Amino acid sequence: MSFLDLPGRFDEFADARRQGFLKVKQIKEKGGKVAGIFCTFTPTEILDAAGLYTVGLCGMSEETIIDAEADLPRNLCPLIKSSYGFALTEKCPYTYFSDIIIGETTCDGKKKMYELLGEFKDTYIMQLPQGIDREYTLGMWEKELHLLIKELEKRFGVEITDEKLKKAVLKRNLQRSLYNELFELGKLDPPPLKGFDMYKVIEGSGFSFDLEENCSKLRELIDNTKEAYQRGNRPVSKDSKRILVTGCPIGGVLDKVVNTIESSGGVVVCFENCGGVKPVRHLVDEGAQDIVKAIAERYLKIGCSVMSPNIQRMQMLPELLKEFRVDGVMEIVLQACHTYSVEKREIKKIVNGAGLPYMAIETDYSKSDIGQIKTRISAFLEMEPLE
Amino acid sequence: MYYTGIDIGSTSAKVIVLDGSNDVICRNVMPTGWSSVDTAEKIRRELAEAGINSECSKFVATGYGRISVPYADKTITEITCHGKGAAFLYEDDTCTVIDIGGQDTKIISIMKGQVIDFIMNDKCSAGTGRFLEIMASTLGVGLSELCNLARSGSGVSISSMCTVFAESEVVSLIGSGHSKEDIAYGIVDSITNKVKSLCGKLSADNTRIYLTGGLCESDYIIESLSDKLGIRILSNRNGRYAGALGAALSAKSIK
Ligand code: SF4
Ligand code: SF4
Repeated sequence: MSFLDLPGRFDEFADARRQGFLKVKQIKEKGGKVAGIFCTFTPTEILDAAGLYTVGLCGMSEETIIDAEADLPRNLCPLIKSSYGFALTEKCPYTYFSDIIIGETTCDGKKKMYELLGEFKDTYIMQLPQGIDREYTLGMWEKELHLLIKELEKRFGVEITDEKLKKAVLKRNLQRSLYNELFELGKLDPPPLKGFDMYKVIEGSGFSFDLEENCSKLRELIDNTKEAYQRGNRPVSKDSKRILVTGCPIGGVLDKVVNTIESSGGVVVCFENCGGVKPVRHLVDEGAQDIVKAIAERYLKIGCSVMSPNIQRMQMLPELLKEFRVDGVMEIVLQACHTYSVEKREIKKIVNGAGLPYMAIETDYSKSDIGQIKTRISAFLEMEPLE
Repeated sequence: MYYTGIDIGSTSAKVIVLDGSNDVICRNVMPTGWSSVDTAEKIRRELAEAGINSECSKFVATGYGRISVPYADKTITEITCHGKGAAFLYEDDTCTVIDIGGQDTKIISIMKGQVIDFIMNDKCSAGTGRFLEIMASTLGVGLSELCNLARSGSGVSISSMCTVFAESEVVSLIGSGHSKEDIAYGIVDSITNKVKSLCGKLSADNTRIYLTGGLCESDYIIESLSDKLGIRILSNRNGRYAGALGAALSAKSIK
């Protein structure tokens, strides 16, 4: 693994998911409550303020898909099937230990899956509005946030005060700023770390359960990386093509896609998806009078394809292409994800319009298409820039 | 110095040797068979007999078996090679290339001799040479006969994209007494439709489209595709060597 060339702390993040199993068990033994989430639209500040420990439950392996297919159609996004399968088979300790699962009405597959999940796990579904261009959207989402607050207060016998929310906002904002700072490293040429390692750090952070500790580790890691770079450490060749990855969440295909890019002459300098800049680019207004409204506002800035029209994504992408001096864009679409799949056309237009090559890869969690994906990615990276 | 391109595809392996002035010194095609490693070795021996070895030639391997050529100086994907090869073969550096290969079909957009965009079929075999082969054998004919039959058929359409379902569709068409010609027509029609929809996904505004790969040898496929796309598709009998040719041309830039 490439962590060998990187300053300390990286391996710790990469291992966080496994380490977290123990932590979550300890939390439960001490009477702590755990909330499982599936999406970046979940307002984590509210869960924090309720004293819950939050963990992402997105299924990232093929292992349980076969079990999930007993209840779900085959022709469904692998992320949905895998997540459901892990809950069904109790193979994921995080799902198993979750006292409540918060879902949102995002894509069709996910929201209908939550209905089935609700039959055997405690779930609570938030109604996410999908048209941010309507003036009532913010009000509706705000109401949903208040409903969630009430629900959690009732279920867990806690009081969620403005003060607690404000504290949570500060912490989450700090964490998001640190994520952004880490992502900014991708702007250096060559970048001081591979995209794969960057992604692993963010992924690992989701299993830390202690925001403060996580933030100080992130701080240290960023500083170490910068310092090593200044000392002349160059883990990435300056001839690598600078790739922006966009599309569906890629936790389950990270190896297949990102490692292939990075072993075929490319480096991922920016992730414009759920594990990347998309959900953290905007912060909550800390000084706001109405803190719940401020939280609601921030979440509606996430440019996910479940939004219609998806204005935020189309606005942010061209900015990122410039900021990160991208040489090419690769879009990853999970099989049967209709929202991202349909949006490909618009994304391609934007990317080609900026004079850059674009390629979309449709894939799932299986290994059957590795050969084909390698060929496509290599061919994409072989393309010469046009004068 | 010689420049050798070796294109090991899923059904056949093609070899082209160029000299310094881009003249073809020798070329060869053979079935890939079970093992691309064995095929690569066979090619090495044959080339050596003809006096082409690593002392006097650079080798570039391409195609899905490119990783099985231990003596290659470089491997390059078939997409880049087909693009380069076709631009050279058809003496046109701004065009669109359709390659219907054994395992996959690719549409490649070329500008100034470089690949600027491409698209490949998804992982199933619909719209590939393999699909045609399987359907031909279900009908009990060879590939070229299938194309000849198709010319005088009409009226049948195969709706399944999946090879397995399409096969049973063909079987039931046979069962219900449709003529071989009509079924053959339906099979070719289904593949050219699939290629057409792939073309639609590529942002190419090219007016010149070339066909490469083994199916170049069928005039009927070219005609049927031309009808679908509303443009005369150009091809020539050497189209199947486009990948190997592109590989040989790329060998020239190896230091
Ligand atoms: S892609 Fe959209 S729906 Fe899926 S996790 Fe991300 S924000 Fe949520
Ligand atoms: S990847 Fe697409 S289909 Fe899968 S959960 Fe996310 S939005 Fe839904």
